[in-house]
Amino acid sequence: MAETVVFVVCAVGAVASGVAVFVLDSMARATFALLASFLFAAVPLLLLGLSYLGVLVVLMMVMEMMVMVVFMIMYMMNPAGLMPMSMLHNKVGALAVAIGTFAVLAAGVFLVPWPAREGAVPADPTLLLAEAIMGPHMLVMMLVGLVLFATMVASVVLSTPRGRYDRYGDDLRRARPDDPIDGGLGR
Amino acid sequence: MILEAYLLLAAALFSVGLFGALSQQSVVMVMMGLELMINGVIVAAAALWFFVSPERPDGQVLVLVAITAMAVEMAVGFAVTTAIFRTRDIDVVDSADDLGDRDR
Repeated sequence: MAETVVFVVCAVGAVASGVAVFVLDSMARATFALLASFLFAAVPLLLLGLSYLGVLVVLMMVMEMMVMVVFMIMYMMNPAGLMPMSMLHNKVGALAVAIGTFAVLAAGVFLVPWPAREGAVPADPTLLLAEAIMGPHMLVMMLVGLVLFATMVASVVLSTPRGRYDRYGDDLRRARPDDPIDGGLGR
Repeated sequence: MILEAYLLLAAALFSVGLFGALSQQSVVMVMMGLELMINGVIVAAAALWFFVSPERPDGQVLVLVAITAMAVEMAVGFAVTTAIFRTRDIDVVDSADDLGDRDR
């Protein structure tokens, strides 16, 4: 009973703060509404016994939204929400697509004959996950690690102001890159 | 607690995110919509793991992959935002439609 109440409160809270993200005028407030939505949505994960993944979502989202609020204030023209403004295009169309998608998904939720549960919930789901990604599902873990490394490289390459044409000349023929500080050993 | 309730929550989160991703002009707000959509996937995968096959780890592994996708989306998204803002002073998606086929 208590679980049901917690789930309903968190589900309503998650969707309501998700809607608030796109309704609020202030960009900083929108970011914190998104954070609230993620925190509310992490509670159902904890209710399912996924303590590791639930806490991972909470920790990651808190840090991610702290970073995001900086970017929001950097890139939005109305960070504090001092003037009411709307930055939408094709609002009616987007609303129709979103409501239609929800209707289709909700119909699927109730019409699909979901299979009955096979087996019991393990005492320690985290152990199950850990043994999987270090055993039969290790390919997933290796790919995730590789993708995260590629993400670090790609985000640095994309966000740096100097590109390869700045370093190697317009025809990329310079023998040594023209850097403000030479890299490598023996500088 | 039943599976349908969790999947309904996931569908609602996904649809709200879809509305944001389709309707917002700011690049950062579009990314917020995408994050909400991935969050719906996380809730749905966790619920399917718990209610359908809790003895197999597949659902949990899918949650892990979705969390990684969220982190990658955020990092690369902000890097692209920074790159396009640096070169062309663009911060809304309507100005970055060079690959669209509409007449100018």
